[in-house]
Amino acid sequence: MKQESTLSRRQFLQRTSAGLAAAGVAGRIAASSGQAKPGEAPTPKPAAPAHAAPGGFDLTTLKSLRIWDCHCHMIGFAGITAEEKADDMIKIADRVGVERMVLLTGWTLHRAPGLEGLRDGNNEVFAAVKHAPNRFCGYAFMDPNYMDACLEEIERCIANGPLVGMKFEFDTLKKASSTELDPIFARAAELNAVILHHTWIKTTANEPDESTPMELAETARRHPKAIVICGHTGGTWELGIRAIRDVKNMYCDVAGSDPTAGFTEMAVRELGAERVLYGSDVGGRSFASQLGKVMGADVTESARRLIMGGNQRRLLAPILKSKGITV
Amino acid sequence: MIDANVYLFRWPFRRYAEDDPAELVAELRHKGVTEAWAGSFEGVLHRDMAGVNARLAAACQRHGPNFLVPFGSINPKLPDWQEDVRRCAEVHRMTGIRLHPPYHGYTLDDPVVAELLTLAASRKLAVQIALAMEDDRTQFPLLRVAPTDPLPLADLTPRIPNLRLMLLNSGYQGTLKTPHVADIATSGNIYFDIARIEGVGGVPRLIAQTSPARVVFGSLYPFFYFEAAVLKVREAALPDDQAHALLEGNARAFLKA
Repeated sequence: MKQESTLSRRQFLQRTSAGLAAAGVAGRIAASSGQAKPGEAPTPKPAAPAHAAPGGFDLTTLKSLRIWDCHCHMIGFAGITAEEKADDMIKIADRVGVERMVLLTGWTLHRAPGLEGLRDGNNEVFAAVKHAPNRFCGYAFMDPNYMDACLEEIERCIANGPLVGMKFEFDTLKKASSTELDPIFARAAELNAVILHHTWIKTTANEPDESTPMELAETARRHPKAIVICGHTGGTWELGIRAIRDVKNMYCDVAGSDPTAGFTEMAVRELGAERVLYGSDVGGRSFASQLGKVMGADVTESARRLIMGGNQRRLLAPILKSKGITV
Repeated sequence: MIDANVYLFRWPFRRYAEDDPAELVAELRHKGVTEAWAGSFEGVLHRDMAGVNARLAAACQRHGPNFLVPFGSINPKLPDWQEDVRRCAEVHRMTGIRLHPPYHGYTLDDPVVAELLTLAASRKLAVQIALAMEDDRTQFPLLRVAPTDPLPLADLTPRIPNLRLMLLNSGYQGTLKTPHVADIATSGNIYFDIARIEGVGGVPRLIAQTSPARVVFGSLYPFFYFEAAVLKVREAALPDDQAHALLEGNARAFLKA
């Protein structure tokens, strides 16, 4: 098994909260899966200055992680136009070191938008990406109630436009397991476009057309060349992680649930760090609460870097390259 | 930095490295926390609350003297709960108590709440009410509880002199967001923590709804990643005076109120 020198969580925090970003990397050995080994000798714990960095993290260190947020909406940000909202997103993202945001929707489009809403919403994402191409990537919204329109939007927005993936919400009357989604998934695979599909497993009962990770996994299995991000990983992540564990083209999105400790560690243990992505679900959630899931996780530094942005860049690299963009 | 919302021992449905009090204290100190107000996960479901509070007090004394501040659990639906309050005050010399209404089966308009808050105030015990713990969408299917609506406090708290009251875990609770925060914030000397505050601008919005002097740092650690709370403070980009108040000053003022 490949071994790597890396940092434990406490060492990482030691560097960040005490402003020691330039400190040397103490050698810690962990499995290449990214899970820190238990039972190792405790590392020194110098007390961090009480108010040296309100928020506890040095911004330079956060930026050094090259954080790409895989799950963003423009809803809830200030401004009237796409450009104004994009600027507000950038202002807030800069406070916590987020380098790039993947826009899944604009602000008017949500759930089942209808034909006109579908196009108008995607145009909002278009405008934001055009306004700040170094800070945003965008996905085209899919409403499988209008299959022809979806396929047209894929050609307009992705094949011939700047967008790089597809987003499925719920309330679209087609479960994630439906074979009616097959043409979209097939075209996504041809284009190397990334698919992110909302999923939840709610104790309080899913909404009538809200899909689970288990349902999404059925379609992902039929399309092994498609890149499928399991949005929210079902929310109830201890179930969602298990549901996607054996579907190797599925990825865990940590966005949009409580920052419940253990999420990231279990995902890394069961899926490998290469299949776990940081996402926030702003503006309903904050960048911060979801970043906490990764910054607070007991995983290796190399795993943390993959989760924060490395995996997202790797998944998007082929389609970005096809558009002449290197990251 | 004072963390007003941490827990000792074990959450029933998940293990954490920090459910060992020594490990929890080491982590909190390392993260820059200088004082942590500790409740007990055992206080959520256990019925022998006297035992729960004795273990909490002992663990705080053993692992975090002058660092861990124990907040004993009170379940006013247990027989002779008043004795638990007495022991918290007289035996354990606690600063305060922590309530978990969703798990103990009462709402805040229950007459027992007025009796409990009055007794706590008379004994100079601060009171924390945990309005929720876990998102109701992710709860264990056989242990489903709804978050607590704080609205009855708007009428109740002005009638209880010297009450020091803090609401924990208001905000985003799954299918519901805490209603009526602005209404109750104007009704008395009520403080709020940020552990479950969510969304873009969530912390500044809570401050605007309440007061810069009424919002304190709370992490719900180790149930939540501690880093979620500290990063929310960073993302909020508060003025220095508000940030300092949130991280420490308001909590100190709460105890002195």
